[in-house]
Amino acid sequence: MSTIEAMPPRGYSVNKDDLGADILEIAMGPHHPSTHGVFRMDLKLDGETVVDLKPIFGYLHRNHEKLAEELTYPMSMPFTDRLDYLCGMTNNWAYALSCEKLIDIEIPERAEYIRVIVAELTRLVNHCLLVGFFINDLGALGTPLLYALREREKILDLFETLSGARMMVNYFRFGGVRCDLPDGWLTECKRIVDAFPAFLDEYETLLVSNEIVITRAQNVGVVTKEEAVNFSLTGPMLRASGVNYDIRKVDKYGIYDRFDFKVPLGAHGDCYDRFMVRMLEMRESLKILNQAIKDLPEGEIMGEAPKIFKPAAAEAYGRIESPKGELGFYLIADGTNYPYRFKVRPPSFVNLTALRHMCIGHKVADAVIILGSIDIVLGEVDR
Amino acid sequence: MGVTAKNFFQSYYKKDRLPTVEYPEEKSTVNQYSRNFPFLLYDGDDPIEGMRCIACTLCELACPPACIYIIKDKDENGKPIKRPVVFDIDLSVCMSCQLCVEACPYEAIRMDSEFELSTANRFEGLMVNREELLKSNEYYHEIHPIEAQVTDDRMAAKAAEAAAKQKEREERARLAAEAKKAAEEKKAAEEAATAQAAESTEATVAETAEATEPEVEKIAPVAESPQAEEQQEVPAAPETAEAPKPVEEPPQAVEVNEVPQAKEAAPNLEEQPKKPEGSAEAEEPRVESDNSGEPEKPE
Repeated sequence: MSTIEAMPPRGYSVNKDDLGADILEIAMGPHHPSTHGVFRMDLKLDGETVVDLKPIFGYLHRNHEKLAEELTYPMSMPFTDRLDYLCGMTNNWAYALSCEKLIDIEIPERAEYIRVIVAELTRLVNHCLLVGFFINDLGALGTPLLYALREREKILDLFETLSGARMMVNYFRFGGVRCDLPDGWLTECKRIVDAFPAFLDEYETLLVSNEIVITRAQNVGVVTKEEAVNFSLTGPMLRASGVNYDIRKVDKYGIYDRFDFKVPLGAHGDCYDRFMVRMLEMRESLKILNQAIKDLPEGEIMGEAPKIFKPAAAEAYGRIESPKGELGFYLIADGTNYPYRFKVRPPSFVNLTALRHMCIGHKVADAVIILGSIDIVLGEVDR
Repeated sequence: MGVTAKNFFQSYYKKDRLPTVEYPEEKSTVNQYSRNFPFLLYDGDDPIEGMRCIACTLCELACPPACIYIIKDKDENGKPIKRPVVFDIDLSVCMSCQLCVEACPYEAIRMDSEFELSTANRFEGLMVNREELLKSNEYYHEIHPIEAQVTDDRMAAKAAEAAAKQKEREERARLAAEAKKAAEEKKAAEEAATAQAAESTEATVAETAEATEPEVEKIAPVAESPQAEEQQEVPAAPETAEAPKPVEEPPQAVEVNEVPQAKEAAPNLEEQPKKPEGSAEAEEPRVESDNSGEPEKPE
């Protein structure tokens, strides 16, 4: 290369900027395997370096918010499963939470514990998948991803036994949960939770100090503390930048104030930190799970919910710490059976706004892992 | 390296590491709690006779993607029968949310776990009708043993309760009829004039209606939609009122009284599956839902 540059073709004097040919525009997606769904990045490349990036989405738009305005409150519950289709349980919870704010329902103890258990299991499911795909994006095709999927499968089997479906659970109801735990479910859950650290240990041995992972992920896609706050990032992305903000700790919704767990924080805000924060969060989730399984009381699973859900004119915003960040449902009730306005605050959509900032200056291959480290699900981004 | 090697070799001999099944020859068992699409239940041998569904359309109203389509059956005189003549579910629209199961007060609709549903016809092939949906209770026990047992127990308890109520109601109706008869005789003895007699019967009808009103709510709905002729017959009835007879009368009277309230509640019916009057009023929500522009069902 250097010899060519040293000796330009005779008789020509080419100015690169005049030619404008060095900037290459690439539409990456919507059918690119690394975009985790139908997402497109319009990249402008100088050589292999990203100089500009424009995220284009909406390919999976399903009119969720308007649809919910045409349906009664309970009928929207199964649709929330399909927002972030990897974490049906937490989506259900966020929606149930905001509806429960509209009318005053006492939620029984047992239901609260079950909610925490399934939500933390969902976090495990999501983070398993995320770290698996993250490593997949780094180029370790298949094997580490399948190790993660193997663990996820066990939890999905639990969900199937509990709710009848692996992912589209539709399990939460206003005032409680749909059905009680089947016989033997808790034992099985305990077994899986107990076996989970072994998987994490194995995974960490393989990946955390892996040289390729470190070189590829460290100092890539850095978001500083201030930037993270300004971008309204939430969830593991925000915490990877070192901001201590976890809605489980801030809002203490449900019964999260009863559990003893830590919030892992990153220091650099790069892809490696985001990966590590999730690995550590899984351990914290296991802590919560162990406590919740131990303390799970007997009793009712449904509170005194009215037969007809017809809240008075009011508005409510219920938010939870979903595995991806702050998931909120903003509802305006106008006294009828139907919500007047139904707004979803999806974490992956908001986190995606930082993508351009993070990618500029990095290589194309890094753009792939930066996107992977955001943890988006297009069902939620596009709604 | 060691981990990789361990995983690699284990995946060849460890039973729980060999999850793949040679599908068409060998089928893995379906989790008994799993659900995919709804089906209808019947008791006994004849699917149509034993159908539990009474076409109350609560599931139709509760269905978020509106994939259920029900038309109530009519007998040769045009009187509605509590049975669907058309019960279609469009499986290509159904999202397996189970809300219809929760809405059904008669345990008539349940979730299947049949998964071999592929069809060559994209539209009609996935539009299953009443005959295809009807499956026996034994089948239900086969696919969801625990859930089916719970359902059976609940139905038995309900039936026992209903029987007890029926007995009580008959007893009360008998007493009321006796009292009425006595009153009749007394009045008839006092005043021979027919006009006056008619007045008194009217009064007693109102009385009996009032007396039996609370029970009517609890029984399975026996009332058809009120018919003008029958209402006119009512004043004449008390003369012949025997024990079983009042059972038919009061619901009409009650229904007439309750119409405004029931109408108000009609759009919310999907949320009150335990309230059996809903079925008696089933005609109302149907009309409303048609007007309110619910998604059209493909025929």
